[in-house]
Amino acid sequence: MSKKIEIWVGFFVALGIAAFVSLALNVANSGIQGGDNSYQLYAKFDNIGGLKVRSPIKVGGVVVGRISDIRLDAEDYLPIVTLDIYEEYNQFSEATSLSILTAGLLGEQYIGLEPGFVDEELGIGILQPNDYVEDTKSAIVLEELIGQFLFSQSED
Amino acid sequence: MIKRFGQLGHTTLELLAGLGRALIILLSAITHMPNIRKGYPLFVKQVYSVGVLSLIIIIVSGLFIGMVLALQGHGVLIDYGAEASLGPMVALSLLRELGPVVTALLFAGRAGSALTAEIGLMKATEQLSSMEMMAVDPLRRVIAPRFWAGLFCMPLLAAIFSMVGIFGSHLVGVVWLGVDQGTFWSVMQGDVDFADIVNGTIKAVSFAFVVTWIAVFKGYDCVPTSEGISRATTSSVVQASLVVLGLDFILTAIMFT
Repeated sequence: MSKKIEIWVGFFVALGIAAFVSLALNVANSGIQGGDNSYQLYAKFDNIGGLKVRSPIKVGGVVVGRISDIRLDAEDYLPIVTLDIYEEYNQFSEATSLSILTAGLLGEQYIGLEPGFVDEELGIGILQPNDYVEDTKSAIVLEELIGQFLFSQSED
Repeated sequence: MIKRFGQLGHTTLELLAGLGRALIILLSAITHMPNIRKGYPLFVKQVYSVGVLSLIIIIVSGLFIGMVLALQGHGVLIDYGAEASLGPMVALSLLRELGPVVTALLFAGRAGSALTAEIGLMKATEQLSSMEMMAVDPLRRVIAPRFWAGLFCMPLLAAIFSMVGIFGSHLVGVVWLGVDQGTFWSVMQGDVDFADIVNGTIKAVSFAFVVTWIAVFKGYDCVPTSEGISRATTSSVVQASLVVLGLDFILTAIMFT
């Protein structure tokens, strides 16, 4: 009887500690994420707006990967975004372009991927893992847009 | 008129005397922390009856509260296309408020009432007096293990509650209502700080403190009749719940403003 109680108490304490650890790691600040079935691409943007780590990357609305890291380039102070693309989508051309889009008017931001064409004669190949995507379009910042609009209005 | 003053004075003195007795019990429970060799079996037994047996009700209510939060939150947020904020809404309300508070209320009902009734019955059947006759200190033998077990269990239960609640909201929000999984977690991780978890745990520890304190005091201080026990059990649950709600407001005002 006493043994059974001890086992249950041990189970309870382990569960409680597991709850704490998973709250700390998963909910507050995720630590480890398995990225086994994906490869990395990099992209440099002028402005990433409200993009976050783990935001989705979509091609025509289909999620093909997630953002795994965002940091600032040490030299030119531009944000570098690391894209985790799922292994099954490994045929993107080097002419691929990325733009930061918003789901809905005020929704979450994600990366829209426009898969370009592959042309051996022009020397446009397939993106290899760890390549940089050259063609990127920054996030649209609503305040800048309004500012431009007001500026163009005042010129008339 | 004089009689009224007399009554007022009597009530005040009773109240103060009750507070004093409660403090004495609290102090002796704290100072008689169960030592590793002798107190360990008593402590483990209490952790079992206070913590393990409360596990089912905590898990079930955590799951359903998480699911209901996700359902209601999604209904409002979708109007503004802001259902991406479902994750932080659920996680923050669970970690900061609902986790500690609901756990404390359930804990007062499930474990606190049992503590009060058990200690009260021990008193009514004069088990406590016979312990004293055998030179066993009932405060050390009966009260202290229960107090420490309650203080130890409730924060763990609150963490389990929050975790299960977030899992339930994930079930409803992501699996059923179709919020994007990555958005759900990434926005949640962006908005929830480690400080939220720490503050929630501080809340849980303070609630555990008052709930178990009230429970053991009400039991130890009850009128040793069957009616007295029933009254002590009721007032243990009622007072613990009220104190938890009031204390929660004060702690929230201190922590999150």
